[in-house]
Amino acid sequence: MSKYEAVIGLEVHVELKTATKLFCGCSTEFGKEPNTQVCPVCLGLPGSTGVLNKKAVELATKAGLALNCEIGTYTWFDRKNYFYPDLPKGFQISQFFRPIAYNGYLDIEVNGQKKRIRITRAHLEEDPGKLAHAGESITTSSASFVDYNRSGIPLIEIVSEPDLRSGEEAKAYLEKLKAILEYAGVSDVKMEQGSLRCDANVSVRPIGSTVLGTKTEIKNMNSFRAVQRAIEYEIERQIELLEDGEAVIQETRGWVEDKGITVSMRSKEHPDYRCFVEHEISAIELTPEWIEKVRASLPELPDARKKRLVEELGLPAYDAGVITSSLALAEFFDAVYEKYPDAKTVSNWIMGELLRLLNARNVELSEAKITPAGLAKLLELIKQGTISNNMGKKVFELMFEEGKDPEQIVKEKGMVQISDEGQLTQILTEVIAQNPKSVADFQSGKEQAIGFLVGQVMKATKGQANPGVVNKMLRKMLKKEE
Amino acid sequence: MQLSTLTVHQLSELMAQKEISSVELTNAYLERISKVEEKIQAFITITKEEALAQAQAIDKKRMQGEELSPLAGIPMAVSDNICTEGIKTTCASNILYNYLPPADATVVARLKQAGSVLIGKTNLDEFAMGSSTEYSALFKTKNPFALQAVPGGSNGGAAAAVAAGETAFALGSDTAGDIRQPAAFCGVVGFKPTYGHVPRTGLVSYASSLDQIGPLARDITDLALILNAICGHDSKDSTSATVEVPDFQGSLVNDVRGLKIGLPKEYFKAEIAPPVAAKIQEAIRQLEDLGAVCLEVSLPHTEYAVMAHYTISCAEASSNLARYDGVRYGLRVEAEDVTSMFAKTRGQGFGPEAKKRILLGTRVLSKECYDKYYTQALKARVLNKQDFDRVWAQVDCLLTPATLTTAFKIGDKENDSLAMYLSNYCAIPANLAGLPALVLPFGLVDGMPVGLQLIGNHFTEQTLLRVGYTLERNTDQTCLRPALA
Repeated sequence: MSKYEAVIGLEVHVELKTATKLFCGCSTEFGKEPNTQVCPVCLGLPGSTGVLNKKAVELATKAGLALNCEIGTYTWFDRKNYFYPDLPKGFQISQFFRPIAYNGYLDIEVNGQKKRIRITRAHLEEDPGKLAHAGESITTSSASFVDYNRSGIPLIEIVSEPDLRSGEEAKAYLEKLKAILEYAGVSDVKMEQGSLRCDANVSVRPIGSTVLGTKTEIKNMNSFRAVQRAIEYEIERQIELLEDGEAVIQETRGWVEDKGITVSMRSKEHPDYRCFVEHEISAIELTPEWIEKVRASLPELPDARKKRLVEELGLPAYDAGVITSSLALAEFFDAVYEKYPDAKTVSNWIMGELLRLLNARNVELSEAKITPAGLAKLLELIKQGTISNNMGKKVFELMFEEGKDPEQIVKEKGMVQISDEGQLTQILTEVIAQNPKSVADFQSGKEQAIGFLVGQVMKATKGQANPGVVNKMLRKMLKKEE
Repeated sequence: MQLSTLTVHQLSELMAQKEISSVELTNAYLERISKVEEKIQAFITITKEEALAQAQAIDKKRMQGEELSPLAGIPMAVSDNICTEGIKTTCASNILYNYLPPADATVVARLKQAGSVLIGKTNLDEFAMGSSTEYSALFKTKNPFALQAVPGGSNGGAAAAVAAGETAFALGSDTAGDIRQPAAFCGVVGFKPTYGHVPRTGLVSYASSLDQIGPLARDITDLALILNAICGHDSKDSTSATVEVPDFQGSLVNDVRGLKIGLPKEYFKAEIAPPVAAKIQEAIRQLEDLGAVCLEVSLPHTEYAVMAHYTISCAEASSNLARYDGVRYGLRVEAEDVTSMFAKTRGQGFGPEAKKRILLGTRVLSKECYDKYYTQALKARVLNKQDFDRVWAQVDCLLTPATLTTAFKIGDKENDSLAMYLSNYCAIPANLAGLPALVLPFGLVDGMPVGLQLIGNHFTEQTLLRVGYTLERNTDQTCLRPALA
């Protein structure tokens, strides 16, 4: 048992899902040709002035409320001054003195333990541009390129209190945060597209101490898994240093994915950003009535949804957790359940077949061609015995790829389950005749031999025979021949 | 008749009567420029082709009987820190030596819409930081009344151009008296509107909470015409006011009876040159004769205004000028790494005064100094404003000298930037409080113009224009012409 505990806080930047940038009308669409979504304002050209995007304020408020924050009724913007090529004005417009949202929290569950992680603040700010280097980094390249398409995109920066204690908790926090913001409809929260970015502040201290150790800032983690691994590595590294009698240096460290280590980037000597009020942009004045209206527009959030699935629909907590981990999945579930009200069955198919195929084909749920109505119909067909469960899985896959109606697929592929005893008798008789050893085995008490015989019937009928009926019939027929 | 001495409204009348065309008028001004510009050096860029093309277009419209604004076909000059589409806008700095804006400033667009003809971009102190135009990275502008004297600053080029008859009117910017002090030194009228009345879109920012664009012209009527065209909300400028713009021509009333004019004692006990003080007293007596009531008032925190302003404007400037880093436009000095490129570009691109203010501004915003200097300055700013708020209960407007002296000689204060800054003592408090202020000439002292200043409460431009107009109608002291050949 380590005599140290880790103290971790996360700073997460989330791109808000507005059509245009925070202070100008340029498009926020991802993946366009560099420097094609720019204008004098987001390029910071001399004489340019920006105007606040009201939708961004609405989404930031929504995010704050979804994270149980208080919302400031009078906040404004401040300038964070520093020099970097991706920062066209030489300052970033952010909120330093008064964030739009503060004093919130979210709940995580790790190894069955529930924990509340406090959120200090969530504030609005503009994104800088994006740099691409001809080499490894800005200091080792012969040239660097700047794309200002991203410059001016609205972000909220969500800062947690250092309540996290492990890489696992950090990952759980990120997953929960992502789900909440996704449900609230404020962001695409796709780390791979940059609409969610995370930096971690990590320090260690002897267990029982209330004084914070020296912290390092970890950057360059590109997945939730990487965040967990990076934090775990950094905790170990810091503990080792302290055990060796050395001090932890306060600095920024970058995670190197393929080596699994953090390396020093630059000294985080408390840069002085000389923040002062941004006079160019109007202050944000919100009425309590407006804030309540935004709160009313929030959909059912993950925790509430999970609770409902467990308490009202009787789903096991684990299932409910998986189903509600993404809004798309949860809505898919609800839509199927509406037509086929057997929660466990629906959940099984979603957690089983649907997730399996989504992962295997590496597609988003929105790209899969299967519809909730379709799945509901398929489950109905299985329930009625029209097709077997196994056959159902094959149909599901075809629905996933081609989006066809299940009844149509069953008809076209001739998959209708044969349950009629009259139809089956002939085949059963043949199979019995062809497999005397198995018959003898079964009759002498080897139960499992019947499985082989059922399998043979399935093979002969190309999977169309109703295995339950076959099983019953075989037993009857073999007992008779005793 | 010397076209280059006539006012906008006089020229407008001549063109309406078809006595001259805009092309003729523009050519007359271009000729005047070619005659005197070598001595005055008011212009950084002269836009001859564009001006004539615009003039031609206006003449065509007039021929076709189109109804035109009183500003149509009139040559205007614009200070080189106001963006003009496709025309070099340098802010008199090496760091923007080749900068071509992609769009006109809103005020320029509005004046072009009214049909004004852009004749050129005028010289100023680099990035509007200065009080004499001596800090321009390009050249020094001369005062048309005495070529060895400064025209004032930062917008000295604009004032000199109007005074010398090189343009009918000009647009400038005023952050620390940069329109008004040059107007006073060059014997022309200058106006700084209420903060927010004229949109700043396209004005290269020096200090965002202080900068305002305003007109320079030969008389009050001209000011009213120009203000009508440039005032009004701009949705692209978040600081632009949404108040309705009155018809300023309606303010041109020859009557000040019963008007209460305050004389803030702090402006009169300062180091004001006695002959200048005497001229101001003359103006006060004149207004009293015309029926105004002049009474002494007090603005007790005036003594802190210059220092508070200097602190705040340098702080904001250090941030507003951070974008000039050589990455996207303007000067770039190549170097081994990005940080060196920034340092070399800015080191070579900025002049000494701009650098000084950036350094000062960075310093006052630093952790060690923020509360000691910057926060204190913000508090002093509030006190300054409260002084004015109290005084409006007693008076309708204030009258002060525009400057403490007449134009000083070139080189006199160049190496004493504090003395240079203090020369804006009378102008600065109005910038700090965002109040409208008018400067009009009132006589000469040793051949050099004296200016008087009127300050009003927010959005009381009309009162100031009325007082100025009345004075203008009843004395010949407001019409000054340099003895420039």
